[in-house]
Amino acid sequence: MNAQALHLFWAFGLSIAMLFVIGFYCLFATYNLIRALIGLEILIKAVTLLIVIAGFITNHTALAQALVITLIVVEVVIIAIAVGVVLGIRANNNSLDVRRLINLRG
Amino acid sequence: MANLFILAPLIAVIILNLPFKVLNAGFAVVFGALLFIAQIFLAIFPSFYPVCDNMSLVLLLCIGIVSLATLTVGRYTIKDDSKMFIFVNLLLLLSAGANGIVTVKDIFSLYVFIEIVAAASFILIAFNKAPAALEAAFKYIILSTVATVFMLMSIAVFLFVAGDTSFTAISEALKNSPHSFLITSAIAVFMCGLFIKAGLMPFHGWLPDAYSAAPAAVSILLAGIVTKTVGVYSLIRVVTSIFGFDNSIRQILMLIGVVSIVFGALAALTQSDFKRTLAYSSISQVGYIIIGLGCGTPLGIAGAVFHIFNHTIFKSALFVNSAAVESKTGTTDMDKMSGLAERMPLTGITSVVASLSAAGMPPLAGFWSKIIIVAALWISGYYFYAVVAVLAGVLTLGYFLSIQRRVFFGKINKEFSAIKEASLALTMPAVILALITIGVGLFFPFIFNRFIMPLAGIFGG
Amino acid sequence: MFVNIVILIGLVCAALWTVMTRSLLRSAMGLALTSAILTIAMFRLNSPLAAVFELSVCTGLISVVFISAITLTHPLTQTEVIEHMKARMRRFWYLPFLVISIGIILSFVRIKFNLPLPGAEAETDVRNVLWGLRKTDLLGQVVLLLTGVFGVVILFKESNKK
Repeated sequence: MNAQALHLFWAFGLSIAMLFVIGFYCLFATYNLIRALIGLEILIKAVTLLIVIAGFITNHTALAQALVITLIVVEVVIIAIAVGVVLGIRANNNSLDVRRLINLRG
Repeated sequence: MANLFILAPLIAVIILNLPFKVLNAGFAVVFGALLFIAQIFLAIFPSFYPVCDNMSLVLLLCIGIVSLATLTVGRYTIKDDSKMFIFVNLLLLLSAGANGIVTVKDIFSLYVFIEIVAAASFILIAFNKAPAALEAAFKYIILSTVATVFMLMSIAVFLFVAGDTSFTAISEALKNSPHSFLITSAIAVFMCGLFIKAGLMPFHGWLPDAYSAAPAAVSILLAGIVTKTVGVYSLIRVVTSIFGFDNSIRQILMLIGVVSIVFGALAALTQSDFKRTLAYSSISQVGYIIIGLGCGTPLGIAGAVFHIFNHTIFKSALFVNSAAVESKTGTTDMDKMSGLAERMPLTGITSVVASLSAAGMPPLAGFWSKIIIVAALWISGYYFYAVVAVLAGVLTLGYFLSIQRRVFFGKINKEFSAIKEASLALTMPAVILALITIGVGLFFPFIFNRFIMPLAGIFGG
Repeated sequence: MFVNIVILIGLVCAALWTVMTRSLLRSAMGLALTSAILTIAMFRLNSPLAAVFELSVCTGLISVVFISAITLTHPLTQTEVIEHMKARMRRFWYLPFLVISIGIILSFVRIKFNLPLPGAEAETDVRNVLWGLRKTDLLGQVVLLLTGVFGVVILFKESNKK
């Protein structure tokens, strides 16, 4: 790998790592169901950027773009289903607080 | 061009949704049943449509059997006709996704079909919108998507190394590339993602909740297809075709396997809910499969795949029994039940057969697969793991006998003394599955040469 | 290179703001902003089709889904809001420091990368790759979209028994 690609990889890799930290922190430290979904979204964006940068460095941009397009479609369906489940939980409990989900014990 | 196993359920769903009056729930059930019977037939006699190797054929057979059982149980536990129609459609789409998982040869397509199965199972768990079911579905969504993120991270690194996402390209690139921290961590992260999806300890957080809170028919589906194809089959395929068996992978697999076996069995002993006990028992049995895989020898892998088949059969039978008990008594709490065997004889007998097969009692099928796994471990020199596997069999027997004693034997509880045997649709699948497990156990030597040794051949090549 | 650094810092800051902001609606808007900056980054990395897809689907569709979900679930009353904000800050205030410190630590890690890059790709047009090579993925997408349709039908239906 030449030096310029290495620098690029480092810069992007660093920001992807920071996005992962932000996403995981949001997912684990929140008490609100919808914010947990936002944390998941940030994680998926980080992975999207990782696939695109992998495609750029190896010069296989076409394959990377095809993968990213499929990934985005999959993600939309999963988020739509997750929002449906969250709405159902809200209809039952009248709140979106994770601490109120006590119906299942460990 | 494309795979008939994926296309057929898809076309069935499209046909079922055309605006004709005759396409109601009953028609949908019959149509789905015919499709699954066709899949079972093609899996047993693959010469009509050869598309995949032997391990995939075993999984296709399992998918067909479990889908048929779920369809039958769902027909009688879901009362609303429009809901039944949507249930059949979702079942067909899930089976299309599961067929896709076992027949693709590309790691990104594997991810897409894993997500299909996951999405369909989220919807099915939350199907009747009970509060517990929705919470279980949400927990499963979060953990499943985190596992997906792990898998995608690794796929990006493999793209970096190999330039293509098919199994052969990645395994070539991994063989030719120098040892690097990035690649090792990518492999480890991918396997962590698959462990979460397979529900192995210590990543099993979603599994007991999802299995116990889901509607009765969906629990059969979850236990039989979702964890098997998504988690266990993907792990076997990825480790044998891409990563290869170097020492650290074996150690990790065997360690996680043994932890799952032991702690799953211990946790199952303390539960008081029927389905939750079965869920922890599933974790324990999947541990056996992983330990057979971790062994690395062809015999171990053959034993693991055979145990997948056996586990599907007896666990589905047990979940069908729990559906029958739930439909007649209205509860799954074992403390409230006792002595049901005299009122529900068929359910009692089939659950005894399935439990003994799970515990590894000869001459039932479960005994043979466990013996193969233990023998593979002993031959490869992993004496400690073999001994632990045998001892955990005692624990398995323990908790299954405790279930039997609490639910089926003893004096009958006053409030249940008037119930009758569950309807035909809830006992016939269990009877057929119990007969399969007895049959496979009795005719084992014949099966060994015809089915098991070819399985071992996948690894040799 | 300098433009890339600016974009990346913008991306991380937008994500940080999304997580740390108090109201859910601003969080959803922050998510849309993050998607938009990600789109610009993807344009710079020679992936225009993926960038356009990300812009239209993630910035548009998913933000609409989130905002409609947030408005369908009634927000908290005023006193509850103030309580909630104070408790929230206690948990979240050290996230920026965590992120910056991890960034600084990771920038000193020097792992050697001698990985040989793979050869040139056979097919360079995205549309040909998508329709020709990745047919199974397209089939999977169709199945998944149908599953999503059924899921939305079943999950978004109001329960009539209440």
